[in-house]
Amino acid sequence: MATHTSHSIPDALLSAAADTTDASMRTATMPIGIPGFTLREEQRTMPASEPPVWPINKDLSYVGKPQERWDGAAKAAGRARYTADVQLPGMLYARFVNSTVPHAKVLSIDTSAAESYPGVKSVHVIEKLLGGAVLRDPALEQSRYPLVRYVGQPIAAVAATTPQAAEDALAKIKVTYETLPFVVDMNLAREQNAPLVFPGAADQAGTAGGGGSASGIPQTGNVHGPAVHKQGDAEQGFKEADVIVDAHYTTQVQTHSALETHGVVADWKPDLLTVYASTQGTASVREELAAYFQLPMSKVRVITEFMGGGFGAKFGAGNPGVVAATLSRKAGAPVRLMLDRQEEHLSVGNRPSSDQRLRIGAKKDGTITAIQLISFGTAGCGTGAGCAGPASNLYKWATLHVEENDVFINAGPAAAFRAPGHPQGAFALEQSIDELAARLNMDSLDLRDRIDENPVRRVQRQIIRDSAIWKSRNPRANADAGPIKRGIGLSQSIWYRHLTMDSAAEVRVHKDGSVEVLSAVQDIGSGIKTVLAQILAEQFGVPPAQVEVKIGDTNYPVGPNSGGSVTTASLTPAVRDAAWQAAQKFLASVAPALGARASDLTLTDGMVRSASGKFQPISFRSAAAKMDTNQVSAQSKRIPDYDPKKYDTYGGVDVAEVAVDTETGRIHVKHVLAVHDCGRPMNPTGVISQINGGVIQGISYTLFEHRLIDPNYGIMVNSNLDKYKIAGSYEVPKIEVQLTESYIGQSSTDASGIGEAAGIISAGAAIANAFYNATGVRIRQLPMTPAVVLAALNQPQPQMEAL
Amino acid sequence: MNSFSLADCSTVEAALSQLKNGAVVKAGGVDLLDRMKNGTDTPDRLVNIRNIRELRGVQATPDGLTLGALTTLAEIADHPTIRAQYTILSDACGRAATPHIRNVATIGGNVLQELQCWYFRSAEFQCIRKGKDQCFAFSGLNQYHAIMDYGGCPSVAPSSGAVALLALNATIELTSAAKGKRTVAIKDFYVQPDANPHRFNVKADDELLTAIHIPKTAPGTRSAYQKYGEKESHDWAIADAGILLEMDGEVCRRAVVTMGAASPVVRRSTEAEAVLTGKPITRDTARAAGQASMTGAMPLSMNGYKVQLFPTAIYRTILLAAGQMERDPSAAG
Repeated sequence: MATHTSHSIPDALLSAAADTTDASMRTATMPIGIPGFTLREEQRTMPASEPPVWPINKDLSYVGKPQERWDGAAKAAGRARYTADVQLPGMLYARFVNSTVPHAKVLSIDTSAAESYPGVKSVHVIEKLLGGAVLRDPALEQSRYPLVRYVGQPIAAVAATTPQAAEDALAKIKVTYETLPFVVDMNLAREQNAPLVFPGAADQAGTAGGGGSASGIPQTGNVHGPAVHKQGDAEQGFKEADVIVDAHYTTQVQTHSALETHGVVADWKPDLLTVYASTQGTASVREELAAYFQLPMSKVRVITEFMGGGFGAKFGAGNPGVVAATLSRKAGAPVRLMLDRQEEHLSVGNRPSSDQRLRIGAKKDGTITAIQLISFGTAGCGTGAGCAGPASNLYKWATLHVEENDVFINAGPAAAFRAPGHPQGAFALEQSIDELAARLNMDSLDLRDRIDENPVRRVQRQIIRDSAIWKSRNPRANADAGPIKRGIGLSQSIWYRHLTMDSAAEVRVHKDGSVEVLSAVQDIGSGIKTVLAQILAEQFGVPPAQVEVKIGDTNYPVGPNSGGSVTTASLTPAVRDAAWQAAQKFLASVAPALGARASDLTLTDGMVRSASGKFQPISFRSAAAKMDTNQVSAQSKRIPDYDPKKYDTYGGVDVAEVAVDTETGRIHVKHVLAVHDCGRPMNPTGVISQINGGVIQGISYTLFEHRLIDPNYGIMVNSNLDKYKIAGSYEVPKIEVQLTESYIGQSSTDASGIGEAAGIISAGAAIANAFYNATGVRIRQLPMTPAVVLAALNQPQPQMEAL
Repeated sequence: MNSFSLADCSTVEAALSQLKNGAVVKAGGVDLLDRMKNGTDTPDRLVNIRNIRELRGVQATPDGLTLGALTTLAEIADHPTIRAQYTILSDACGRAATPHIRNVATIGGNVLQELQCWYFRSAEFQCIRKGKDQCFAFSGLNQYHAIMDYGGCPSVAPSSGAVALLALNATIELTSAAKGKRTVAIKDFYVQPDANPHRFNVKADDELLTAIHIPKTAPGTRSAYQKYGEKESHDWAIADAGILLEMDGEVCRRAVVTMGAASPVVRRSTEAEAVLTGKPITRDTARAAGQASMTGAMPLSMNGYKVQLFPTAIYRTILLAAGQMERDPSAAG
């Protein structure tokens, strides 16, 4: 989940491997590989209590079949209740007072006028700020109130009977600042005499979604780093290289800009704190609130019925959560605190920028002798700008030398953002690999075949090679004569198999034949509700729409936090196991009435059958009526992967076709072919939807999005959705998704995740490589606005890479 | 947003009687409510004119067209006569903002909307247009700002409707309780920042923009407008071009070239017009006119690309107006 320089098998998985010697284990044959390409069978050892191995998708009834969103109708009709829709009796409305200066010591805060303002029920001054890096030596900063390190930093909050009263009262709070020198430009922040964002070394821990940085990294001035990772002697590797590609890339800060802003409704009662939260992790919110207020976990309940997007920035309670809970406690009433769009841009996360010097040395045959990446990036007053994941993990190299640096500036702290570090890293790496292919006079797919041994990527490249879009590509760059030039390029992506073992569910079967699944997991829009319904449908033979899915509530069995593409991979095996066990209990419960032994009964395709032919098959619902109890249920928790020593990555190969208008500097993305894997696709409709979203978000990042901070005042000038530009409907190309169904034999569902690898990682480099193919010019800067494109095209023509 | 009272008026007389003591007019509310949410405008009283039926609709007159001030951009964009004879105007109105906004935004509000400069739109920056003596754009972030005629304020003219109306030689009808009706040519309607940085136009606070009159176009008129942004879905112009050609067969008898995103006030390029006048419209004359349009351009630190972009916008829109080129995919918005 964090930006990994290198990847090792998580400890939890390794230690779990010891269990496999247990006598209660069995061995089964599982499908492995990609149907139509590499499908075969392998043996796996698993606990004897595991359900039978599923065949590949084509032989299942509901799982693996396109399935409409379980809650789609509720969302489309406006019945879905999001956090901002929650109305509790006597609920108050809260707003933050935010800093208006980029760097300051707060001298005093006078809340008296606000407290006596009509309608105001409670006022809270923040004394402990969450988010961002913290000083290793807190003694370096003696201050009653948290130091202000960015414009938009929350300082205090007001809760009142109406939103208007809360807003009016904000203006009555008087904050006096002792302003300090500030810096918002990363390059200026790196200079020796730059104003210091922190008076000493500071670190930011990651969240359940990743981000942050390792502790103990050196810090000089504002430069937190380098985090060095070396394998082998890279200098020697470069000496042995026949060709060295050496390039400099820059990428901008992107804000998450989820449609639903951060926010909570907190209801503090003496016996229970209930918090409705827009979160990617009900578990993470409960943990943080319990720790912050020193409450037992059992006294905190978090509910996320529907969620309007997070992209990595919504883990934990954060400042909105703890402040709303505090205001609620003070006022004795529920409090709603939803951020506005400006606050969303400023204070709750962003994707760090990057400035990367990437050198790749290779032999004539393409063998990579050395990769060196020296990166700087700013995560504002936080850390997490490392971007070496792709350079470290995508290809085979003989030697590696990575140095990652975070540069502090006076801006809001970064947060994990969909594939932390990877869009930045891939933008550089995948352009340099294309450049290397051209320098070696090799086809870019052939070079990748040589340096990337991942069998799934190999199949994906073959699909690309055979595709109409790739066949239509003119390998000669700048082949079109007119002002509009067409180009096609590709990029690969990589993500990792992360799991959360704290993933559990309960499945219930009722005497009326209804079935339900319960888990604290939240559906952040990626469709886990639908997938859970499909799993029960597959087990009980009822259509998914008739399955009751109850999630997003910590009253249910613990669910995974949805970050790092863990949700489906982590939770679905637990749900299938619970459904299987509930089905066995169900058969035991109906056996007496059917005059059979439970061991003689099976439940398949919605029918209860007697293996010995004691009775004609009867439907699940008719059999349920014969249960000897009103309800049977089973709870199950994620067990370790069947073969945890085998560590998988996911990814894809994306092709983009662009039309470059060389006179206006506009890049029109016309067509994207996205070939991706995510283990067993549980719901192809949902997977394709996520890839569509990733591609669009990737195009948006590549061409438009840019947090712009005025260098003289430290204020973000486009903190809205008008001048912070995001792709709209006109900017969406034809998107063709091809799923490589890839069985890995790791769990009872064999599912993996898709959120990170889906398009966002590779869009930048695919478009840039297409731009090169169109124009013969490299563009190594994001976003590729008309100003940037025209400047690149106006450069004296660089040496052509290809023939 | 501050608390305010709302006077809902259904006649012009009722609205005019309310226009005092700092009350401001709300028609579609698109621009005004944005500014109120930003905290840059804090009126105590709003006069809602949206329900004044007499101010709505397009009327053909012997002399041309009259647009009621409350006619929506969508209505103008879809009006058959405007599409056929005043194409530049249907182009401009049909490509402003988004379909949703065009359904509520009025032509009066479009013409009166205030500057889009992000410093002007932020309550944190007190600039020359807000009565102070400083502009933050010159030494700050100015990639979308003006390249010509900017004097002390390089914000750009925000109204695409005005780019078309200037080319069509429209007049603005203003009505007040005290003085009744008066008309102002659109070329005289907007105030250059150096003439008075605190006023954007000559409309007095007690006046209501009630109608826009557009004279009949001359025989042989062909016209077009194109807006270029960084994207097509909902973006502000980084370059735009309004082109009106009066043709005698192959030869251009009279040409009008107007621009919005180049300067604080919509402007004509007499240099570009001179290149076209008396000549056939060809790719070469169109390109030469585009180049001529940048006479006197003085880009700021971050917007040099606009000097390259405008000539393209202009030559392509000349060719579009002349029927020699398709609508530009880079200007689809």
